[in-house]
Amino acid sequence: MNWPGRTKKNTGSSNGHIIEMRAITKVYDTGKIKVEALRGIDLVVDKGEFVAVVGPSGSGKSTLLNLVGCLDTPSGGTYMLGGEAVAGLDRDQLADVRNRRVGFVFQNFNLLPQLTALENVEMPMLFGGIGRRERRRRAMEHLQRVGLGERVEHKPTELSGGQMQRVAIARALAMEPDIVLADEPTGNLDTGSGSDVMSLLSELWDQGRTLVVVTHDSTLAARAGRVVEIRDGLVVGNQRAVA
Amino acid sequence: MRRGFLVIATLFLKASSLQRKRAVLTVAAIAWGTVAILMLLAFGEGLRHQMVKARRGMGENIAVWWSGETSKVWQGLPEGRRILARLDDLDYLRAKMPSATGILGEMTSWQTTLTWDSNTITGRVTGANWEYGELRHHYPQPGGRFFNAHDERDKRRVIFLGNQLAEDIFGDVDPVGEILQVANVPYLVIGVMQPKLQMGTYKGPDEGGAVIPITTFAAQWSRRWLNNVVFKVAEADDMPSAREEFAQALSARYRFDPTDEQVTGLWDTAEGGKTLASEMRAFQIFLGIIGALTLLVGGIGVANIMYAVVKEKTREIGVQMAIGAHRSWITGPFVLQGMTYTLLGGAFGLVIAIVLVLGFQAVPVEHNEAIEFLGKPTLSVEIAVVTAALLGFIGILAGYFPARRAASVDPAETLRYE
Repeated sequence: MNWPGRTKKNTGSSNGHIIEMRAITKVYDTGKIKVEALRGIDLVVDKGEFVAVVGPSGSGKSTLLNLVGCLDTPSGGTYMLGGEAVAGLDRDQLADVRNRRVGFVFQNFNLLPQLTALENVEMPMLFGGIGRRERRRRAMEHLQRVGLGERVEHKPTELSGGQMQRVAIARALAMEPDIVLADEPTGNLDTGSGSDVMSLLSELWDQGRTLVVVTHDSTLAARAGRVVEIRDGLVVGNQRAVA
Repeated sequence: MRRGFLVIATLFLKASSLQRKRAVLTVAAIAWGTVAILMLLAFGEGLRHQMVKARRGMGENIAVWWSGETSKVWQGLPEGRRILARLDDLDYLRAKMPSATGILGEMTSWQTTLTWDSNTITGRVTGANWEYGELRHHYPQPGGRFFNAHDERDKRRVIFLGNQLAEDIFGDVDPVGEILQVANVPYLVIGVMQPKLQMGTYKGPDEGGAVIPITTFAAQWSRRWLNNVVFKVAEADDMPSAREEFAQALSARYRFDPTDEQVTGLWDTAEGGKTLASEMRAFQIFLGIIGALTLLVGGIGVANIMYAVVKEKTREIGVQMAIGAHRSWITGPFVLQGMTYTLLGGAFGLVIAIVLVLGFQAVPVEHNEAIEFLGKPTLSVEIAVVTAALLGFIGILAGYFPARRAASVDPAETLRYE
């Protein structure tokens, strides 16, 4: 599917906001009970920012991340991702938006077990319609950049947790997205691997990438440029780190 | 569109190397179903061939008339008159029945003593015109012949034996050239009938009787009237007009109402052949339905395994969706996988069925009447097409429903914390 207005890489809107959320609400309707997970979130993330989203369990962090990553659509409010309104897109159009604009890093890595590290990194580019040769070249490049140039033919089961998460980060970067979304990226890692991954994320920030990380980990949050605190579906804190 | 195709093909190739044990079981189930349907249809086809052949054992597209008794008053003549055809009616009928390609008369003597050497048995002797051999499928075994027009014209004492009768009298001795006493009159045996499958009969199976020229019969038994008139048409469709001509000709000669079916009623094998053909077709459809149900069970097996795969891979499907897979790219590989299992199983089944059919065809079936009637299983293009269509249909269904479930995966839901 090709619709030129959207596929054109448009890094940020005219005002430089990558993420622009206004009065976002999300209500889960389970039939009898309606659960208000988000009750009016305003969130703006500019190009090159590293934002940590913190908050207790059940505060709505993950729901917010799903909305930011276009895995789900809000019940109310407006959301512009890279200057593009997300409301009203169908499932396949949302998939294209995720493919081009968002790179996901998950707590449990979520690599495809039957594929090698290289093939895992190639996967988003396969969906993005990038040619076979170019896919391979770029996947190699990304894996080398995360320090796994020697392990490209290994399957996830043959890699350590830290290595798997680095493959996941390489995969997230494969389509050169506007934004990298990470959900507890260090949650399943030991301290050593965790700090490796944190360093890697910091490095990405230094290279000018935009990151939004949901975390419980105060060390990771401390590395971010800004910390947004969520509680009961509302933003209750929004403070820039003192450099 | 092209991108989608490439993605589906790539994902399919990545996924299909998995699940080997399951794949083998699934393919085996489909193969079994395919063997079942192919063998059922093949046996049905073989049986149909044999039935048609047996039906024709007596002769193809023929009608047999016995004598009759009038049931209607006609031109001042009462009902209840017996109508018998005579030997000299045959030329008259031949002239009046252009639709018939052959007309002949039969005279029959049951319980005739037949003596050769010290063996005496009683058997059936039929006097018939020389065309009888071809018309009633009395084909001679090598080394013998049926009697011809000269034999008939000259009233020669020659006799043609049914193969069972020949064995009963002569045992292992070749009867051709031997002299057989028929009611104490010597006859030269000139031929023995080839064994044949025969389903219909109006005086006992042909293999158990003997045939002599009708002129010779008339002379020996001083008979003029015919037991039967038999006529043949080229195509089954010609039979109604031939029957009409027969009724008209006979009624004009013997003065009865041509619509009096008590007289003109006869045994029309062409009509029976049509009934048989549709009966056999119905039987084949019945067998096909049984086979299709067996195959369907295999298809349910495929769908079941595919459902299990979808369930197992829910998280992977969610991941693929998260990183940008369209819905059809998720479903495509599942449909392809279901199709592949099904068609692969079908191919194996076809090979097995071909081997079985060839095996059955190599088994000799002579001298076992039941197996002989069952015939040889036969595969035809028709059977292959029906089976392939069924396999394709079941394959699509087996892949489609699990794929639909895969497409309904909500990535936000599956990627939540465990």
